[in-house]
Amino acid sequence: MIRDQAIGPQSEREIHPGARWQPLRRLLERGGIQILLVLGALIFALPFVWMVSTSLKADRQIFAFPPIWVPDPFIWGNFPAVFIYAPMHLYFFNTLVIALAHVFGAVFTCSLAAYAFSRLRAPGRDLIFMVMVSQMMIPYIVMLVPLYLLFAELEWIDTFYPLTIPAMLGTPFYIFMLRQFFLTIPMELEEAAIIDGATRLRIWWTIILPLAKPALATVAIFSFMFAWNDFTGPLIFLNTREKFTLSLGLQAFMFERRTMWGPLMAASTMMIVPILIVFFLAQKHFIQGIALTGIKA
Amino acid sequence: MTNAQPKPRLTNAAREALTCYLFLLPWGIGFLAFVIGPVAASFVLGFMDYEIVTPARWVGLANYIELFTDDQRFRMSMGNTLYYVLVFVPLHVIVATLLALLLNQKARGIAVYRTLFYVPSIVPIVAGAILWVWILQPEWGLINSTLRLVKIEGPLWLASLTWSKPALILMALWGSGAAMIIVLAGLQGVPQHLYEAAEIDGANRWQRFQHVTLPMLSPTLFFILVLSVIASFQVFTTAYVMTGGGPAESTLFYMLYLYRRAFVLLDMGYAASMAWILFVAVLALTLVQFKLASRWVYYEAEQS
Repeated sequence: MIRDQAIGPQSEREIHPGARWQPLRRLLERGGIQILLVLGALIFALPFVWMVSTSLKADRQIFAFPPIWVPDPFIWGNFPAVFIYAPMHLYFFNTLVIALAHVFGAVFTCSLAAYAFSRLRAPGRDLIFMVMVSQMMIPYIVMLVPLYLLFAELEWIDTFYPLTIPAMLGTPFYIFMLRQFFLTIPMELEEAAIIDGATRLRIWWTIILPLAKPALATVAIFSFMFAWNDFTGPLIFLNTREKFTLSLGLQAFMFERRTMWGPLMAASTMMIVPILIVFFLAQKHFIQGIALTGIKA
Repeated sequence: MTNAQPKPRLTNAAREALTCYLFLLPWGIGFLAFVIGPVAASFVLGFMDYEIVTPARWVGLANYIELFTDDQRFRMSMGNTLYYVLVFVPLHVIVATLLALLLNQKARGIAVYRTLFYVPSIVPIVAGAILWVWILQPEWGLINSTLRLVKIEGPLWLASLTWSKPALILMALWGSGAAMIIVLAGLQGVPQHLYEAAEIDGANRWQRFQHVTLPMLSPTLFFILVLSVIASFQVFTTAYVMTGGGPAESTLFYMLYLYRRAFVLLDMGYAASMAWILFVAVLALTLVQFKLASRWVYYEAEQS
């Protein structure tokens, strides 16, 4: 209290000796920040611009010095050219099928487990939960070799099963996130339903799932993006070209045609654009996801 | 109402428990079949010689002994990986923090900048890798062309023994946006009154950063540090796509070598023991980090 009074308006100068220059300093600071932001934005965004620019250029403009940013003329031919070397439509379809299986697992199987973990009492439940949390810490690599042997035994190699079945049975990370969210849903609604004699399955379906839409959207997006981007899984479990995903197909394309930069950049653009669309449509769910993981300091 | 219960019913608690187990069943099946089973199998396989075409043979510690005493590539891949971890992780944390500090300022269009910095981190890794092979291309790539404009002859990047690893690190830093968002969330969680109090005490900007921001941010920084170490030990896809481990195995990282042993040479037992070495090494390192954390990570709850 006493100190508060000692620091009156007059002592302002003592604290900030350069108070007179405050407005100028402010201005310089603002300007400096703006310059840094623009610089940073350029560094992070230019690779994308370069990618799109290359995909729209003819070879003689791709291999030019100094570098040409705006294609002249715009050439669309690189996009259809991709399909001559790589059946992108097949890769798209395969990736989509696998990604949808992941989304299904995240939204239905994981939420069912999350509901059990957050609401249903059973002996040993918390122990099971601890086991599941520790599962998140086991690196995939430790399981990879036996998984391969297991899938070979099941004759699942070169099918989508290794990339879909485990995901459809649930992923601990998504179960964990959903459980965190379910814990924030008030119990009253369910209690009324229980008194009315509704089964748990029905409560999960008609009460919890609709209320959890934002969290479900988050895990749906996360799992979709994971499957869309995954490279190691397809690399190890798929062999024939007709079954390749975008990641694997694109890698094979580059491996075979390392200098066809126009079509290569067109193919990369085609793989990135859907992810960007998902991102811009659902930005807020990404932020939500970060909050849900309980990271916040 | 009452005659609706003729058969001997389960008690409500038993019914609830049963439902609970039933709901957890899919995950449980997956856990047993695709996690615990394989983990146990991988541990056993590590003590075997198994090259698929020939029957598995128990060899005891032979794989581990060979790895540590007689495998030049193992040592080399470990060295490459350590280089990557030691250079990338600190840079990653620093870049993410600096970007977050910048984004935490008040400026026009800040949301646009946040999106721009974040987006590279969600780009599919193979697409990003191909893009960067082109950017780093020595003759016509964006970086060397730009350097040539100012009369600097850039290195061969991915084709150079010295620059191949830095090139991969550069590309990985482009994806710092995810960590940046986490740090930004941490920054926004620092209570404003602490800054006000520090300002009243006459702390200048740097002092406020040092004595308020850093301690309050340390749990977040610790979090991304731990995750970043774990992830960088397993660096694989960028090297596989961009260099294939070359030139002269300068980017043969641990995972890449493991992949070759397992899926090119079909040396399954050997690869399994490699996986366990990596797992134990990373686990030990993580535990060490947690031990060291008490020296520099500030947890509010402990103090109050």
